[in-house]
Amino acid sequence: MRALVILAKRELQSFFDSLVAYIMLAAFLGFSGFFTWLYGSDVFLRNQADLQTFFGIAYWTLFFFIPALTMKMLADERKSGTIELLFTKPISDWQIVCGKFLACLSLILIALLCTLPYYITVWKLGPVDHGSVLCGYLGLILMSSAYISIGIYASSVTNNQIVAFLVSLFAGMFFHILLDMISKNFTGTAGELISYLSVSSHYDSISRGVIDSKDIIYFLSLIFMSLFLSEVSLAKQK
Amino acid sequence: MDINVTGLTKLYGAQKALDNVSFHVKTGEIVGFLGPNGAGKTTAMKIITCYLSATSGEVKVGDYTVRNNSQEVKRMIGYLPEHNPLYLDMPVIDYLEFSALLQGVEKSKVQLRIREMVKKCGLNVEKHKKIGELSKGFRQRVGLAQAMIHDPQVLILDEPTTGLDPNQIVEIRRLIRELGKEKTVILSTHILPEVEATCDRILIISKGKIVADGTSDTLRKKSQGNEMLKLKIEDGNKMDILRALQQLETVALADVIAGSENVFEVQSKGSLSSRRNVFKLCVDNKWVLTEAVPYETKLEDIFRDLTIN
Repeated sequence: MRALVILAKRELQSFFDSLVAYIMLAAFLGFSGFFTWLYGSDVFLRNQADLQTFFGIAYWTLFFFIPALTMKMLADERKSGTIELLFTKPISDWQIVCGKFLACLSLILIALLCTLPYYITVWKLGPVDHGSVLCGYLGLILMSSAYISIGIYASSVTNNQIVAFLVSLFAGMFFHILLDMISKNFTGTAGELISYLSVSSHYDSISRGVIDSKDIIYFLSLIFMSLFLSEVSLAKQK
Repeated sequence: MDINVTGLTKLYGAQKALDNVSFHVKTGEIVGFLGPNGAGKTTAMKIITCYLSATSGEVKVGDYTVRNNSQEVKRMIGYLPEHNPLYLDMPVIDYLEFSALLQGVEKSKVQLRIREMVKKCGLNVEKHKKIGELSKGFRQRVGLAQAMIHDPQVLILDEPTTGLDPNQIVEIRRLIRELGKEKTVILSTHILPEVEATCDRILIISKGKIVADGTSDTLRKKSQGNEMLKLKIEDGNKMDILRALQQLETVALADVIAGSENVFEVQSKGSLSSRRNVFKLCVDNKWVLTEAVPYETKLEDIFRDLTIN
């Protein structure tokens, strides 16, 4: 546990040292703020005290940002050889993978914390359904975790950051849109199965305010599977 | 902490990087790995440090095997990898703290250890800079400091003095010797005088096999064979002296070194020495022996003999 925290801390520190964190935070808040408050179907146009617009935007921005955050995590360590330092320290591969995951998730949590003023502002504007807002945040966190773990897996199979970025974006695209689109062409069990595999259907149901154990299990198993595969791919390099 | 390597073999696909290598390193011994590029030095080190797994064979560090107790083994080893990979975006101090914590140094002792390492490795001036801003020599010092931060029982250093200036090389060699008194040290290098200056024992590896094992003196003796002397004898006729030398009973071959005045090359028989006989011969004939130089086989020659075939 201690090693996990040390690893995560270093990784998070390197996000902030290399400006990645600031750029990501600024872009995320800029995008989501602009579309939530100023443009399109913003809060004022909807005339409803909720954060549905924000969750819709955040869903897409995080989808693009996360691969950019995860792409260097293991790929860069392999390229620069620093993975050798980690491998020869008394820590397990599992700790390395989870440390990276934790660092990236922390950065996303920081970004989401920065959007709390949105929530407070909307709350001041009118009666807010607190449950639905909380569920929206929970959905974002679960979805981010899933994409982070997919991104870490993509980063573990190559030592080229661009390849890692594209692989994780492509894999994300599957879960994000393609599976949903494909499922519409099927009926019956096949359609349900494919739709169950899609992140968007689970995210939608959580962000609507329904916390179903089915959705939670889906996200947790997706996260666990990807992290497990990353660990396997790390172990294979020895 | 003893290191025991038995029957170590490593295959990269069809290529044999290590071929049934066995050796033993005792506590307090400094062992130097020598070998041409691609001989398997680094592979052997990587297996001992648990970075690579062996195809077959076993490595035991103390009571623990690399295969079954890798965590315990890693805790006892300080390792400086070949290209000295470092997190370039981290300041020196932060990086040392990170390494210390990962190695399980107690929190209360971390700052003390860092201070000690900064002093030992001469990093004081640069300690707040980012590693990426340092010169190669200073990066090497950071790598060494990182390897020693948890006061390990075993130190494995892959080419520890590359990129250092001559003063620093002397300093690091002294440091290694000092550490080697109570710790087990394995280092690899291309610089032959370095092995002689720092190591108690030399292992020469070629094509994945150990071709020589011993102190530099024993290696020399082994490869030298018969005694060779260069003699300068004055106050006598060149041919007379040569004839007399050839008649000495311990001498196998004697010859005049071409293009020189009264300088001879004498090879002795078997393990005999002709030095006393030559001296006596000169005294009897009233010649003056002004020079007698034994030919030393250089480590370079031994190395070349053993690794080129």
